[in-house]
Amino acid sequence: MANLAHETKAIYVISYRELRKFIREKSRILGTMARPILWLFVVGGGMSRLVRPVGGVNYIQFIFPGMIGMTILFASIFSAISIVWDREFGFLKEILVAPISRLSVVVGKAMAGTSISMLQVLILLIFVPVLGIKINIPQFLLLFLSSGMLAFSLTCFGILVASRMSSYEGFNIIMNFLVMPMFFLSGAMYPVRLMPPFLREIAYANPLTYGVDGLKNILLAGASGTPMGPEYPAIVDFAVVSGFLVVTAVLANLSFRRAA
Amino acid sequence: MSNISVNSLVKKFGAVTAVDGISFSVDPGEVFGFLGPNGAGKSTTISILCTLISPTSGEASVGGFDCVRDADAVRRSIGIIFQDPTLDNGLTAYENLLFHAYLYGMDRAAAKKRIEDALELVGLSARKNELVRKFSGGMKRRLEIARGILNYPRVLFMDEPTIGLDPQTRNMIWEFIRELKKNTGITVFMTTHYLEEAEFCDRIAIIDLGKIIASGTPLELKAGLQGDTLKLSATDPKGLEAEIREKFGMEPKITDGGITLTVKQGDEILPALIKGLSTSITAVSMTRPTLNDVFLSLTGKNIREENGDPYGPMRSYARKNHGGH
Ligand SMILES: Nc1ncnc2c1ncn2[C@@H]1O[C@H](COP(=O)(O)OP(=O)(O)OP(=O)(O)O)[C@@H](O)[C@H]1O
Ligand SMILES: [Mg+2]
Repeated sequence: MANLAHETKAIYVISYRELRKFIREKSRILGTMARPILWLFVVGGGMSRLVRPVGGVNYIQFIFPGMIGMTILFASIFSAISIVWDREFGFLKEILVAPISRLSVVVGKAMAGTSISMLQVLILLIFVPVLGIKINIPQFLLLFLSSGMLAFSLTCFGILVASRMSSYEGFNIIMNFLVMPMFFLSGAMYPVRLMPPFLREIAYANPLTYGVDGLKNILLAGASGTPMGPEYPAIVDFAVVSGFLVVTAVLANLSFRRAA
Repeated sequence: MSNISVNSLVKKFGAVTAVDGISFSVDPGEVFGFLGPNGAGKSTTISILCTLISPTSGEASVGGFDCVRDADAVRRSIGIIFQDPTLDNGLTAYENLLFHAYLYGMDRAAAKKRIEDALELVGLSARKNELVRKFSGGMKRRLEIARGILNYPRVLFMDEPTIGLDPQTRNMIWEFIRELKKNTGITVFMTTHYLEEAEFCDRIAIIDLGKIIASGTPLELKAGLQGDTLKLSATDPKGLEAEIREKFGMEPKITDGGITLTVKQGDEILPALIKGLSTSITAVSMTRPTLNDVFLSLTGKNIREENGDPYGPMRSYARKNHGGH
C-alpha cells in the first residue's frame, strides 16, 4: 500500500457507492425490511400462542436476536454478491484498473456490506420497545459492535463465495444450499440444544450460531440457562465470531485476488 | 523514448492464441490505431497493456513502466475506455465520475472541478444529476470518455470508442480526440473496425489472427499497394489503349467504353496522360486505395465481412445510407 490516504479514499468510495444505491432504491429497503418483520410478527406472533414463555422470555422475543442475525446474513451475502453483478455489467473492470490495491477493493466491499447491514439492524431495533425487550446504552453499543463484526465477517464470507462464481446463475444454489441452511441451523428459530443430534452437530459448526448466541447474550441475558436464553458464555461467542472474521477476511482477499 | 512498447507479446487462452507474438511501439503524442476484424486480438492486447490480464510471454510497458512488474505505476498513468460499457447505471453521471476521481486519489475540491470541466467538454453538464440508466448509448459513451480523461492520463486507451454511435457523435468524439491531442500531448492507443477512423490515426497496425500483418502511416500502407486506379473513357477505347501502350509503355485494360490503369502516383500521371494523348477522352476518374484494399491485399478478405459479427451488415447498411460521416 503505497499511499494510505489514497487507499482509504478508495475504500470509502467503494462502500459509499453501494450504500448510496441502497438508500436510493426505496423499494429495496422496503423489500429487505419486509422479511424480518414478517417473520417476527407472522411466524413469531403465531408461534407465541403455541410456545409458552420460559425464563420470562416469550417466543417472539426469543426469535428477535435471530431476526437480527437473519437480516445481517441476507444483507451481507446480497451485498457481497454484487461483485458478480459488477463483473457481469463490466463495472468491476473500472475498479480493477484503478491504482488501488486488491485489498482495498475487498475492504471497501466488506465495509459496504457491513454498513448496509447495520442500517437494517438499526431499523429493526425500532421494534425493541414494542417487543417488551429492555436495553440500556452499553447493551446497545455492544449490540452494535457484535452486529458489525458479524456483518463484516459474513460479507467477507460472501466475497469468498462470489469470487468463485462466474455468473449469476449460481445464485439460487447459494441461497438454497448455503444461506437458508445457515439461517435455519443457527438457533435463530429454535434452540440449538433442543435440535436432533445430527442437525445439532451442523449447527455447532455454523458460525452464525455463535453470532446469534452473542446477540442472545445481550438481549435475552435474563433467560440464561433456559432453552430460550443464550447457550454459551458471551466470551465464547465473541471468540468464535472473531476467529470467523479473521479467517473469512484472509480467504476473501486470497480468492478475490486470484479471481481478479 | 516510446510511451508504449510491446515486444513479442503472446497471450493464450487455453488452446486459443489470442495474441501471437506482436511487437510495436508508440511515441509520445501519437494517435496509434489497431485495425482488425473480430477476434483479431485487439481487446486482449489492451487488457494486457492496462494490466487487467498478464501475458503468456513477451513484454509490454506503458509510460516506461512494465505492465506486469510495475502494474500500479502503469495504472496511475493511463485512462481507458473499454469496448463494453463499464458505467454504473444506478448512479448519476456525476457520481460515476466522482467514484472514478476518488479511486484515483483526488481530493474533493480537485475532483469537483475536474468533473465539471470533463462534463462540459463532452456536453453532459446539464444532465449530470440524472441516473446513467436513463442515458442514450451515445451519452453513455461520452460519459465514459469524460471518465477516461478525468485523471489526466498520459496514455489513453480506447477500445472501439465510437462503435454503434451515429455519425454526428462519432465526429464529435474525433474532434475531441484531436483537441485533446493538441492541448495535452496525450498518447492515444485505439482500436477500430471503421476504416474511415483508422485514417485519422498518425500510425496504424493491421492485426489479424493475433499477428500484426502491416504497420505504418495510413499513407504508407496505401502506398504499398499497387496504386491508384485510373479510368479513362473514350469513343475509341482500342485506339486509346494502343496509344498509351506505345507512348507511355503501360499496360491498360480495355473496359466498357474506355480503359483502366493501375499506377502509383495517379495524381501525377493523370495530367501527363491527358496532355500527351491525341485520342480524344470523354471522361476521367481516379480512385485511391482504401485501408480495406490494404487489408484485402494482405489477408484476401474484407475487414467488415467477417463472420460472427451480427452488426456487420447493419453497419454497412448504415454507412451506405448516411454516407459514412
Ligand atoms: N477471457 C477469454 N477467455 C477465452 N478466450 C478469450 C478471452 N478473451 C478473448 N478470447 C479469445 O481471444 C481472441 C481475441 O479476442 P479479442 O477480444 O482480443 O478480439 P478483438 O480483436 O478485440 O475482437 P472484436 O473486434 O470483436 O472486439 C478471440 O478468439 C476470443 O475468443
Ligand atoms: Mg475487442
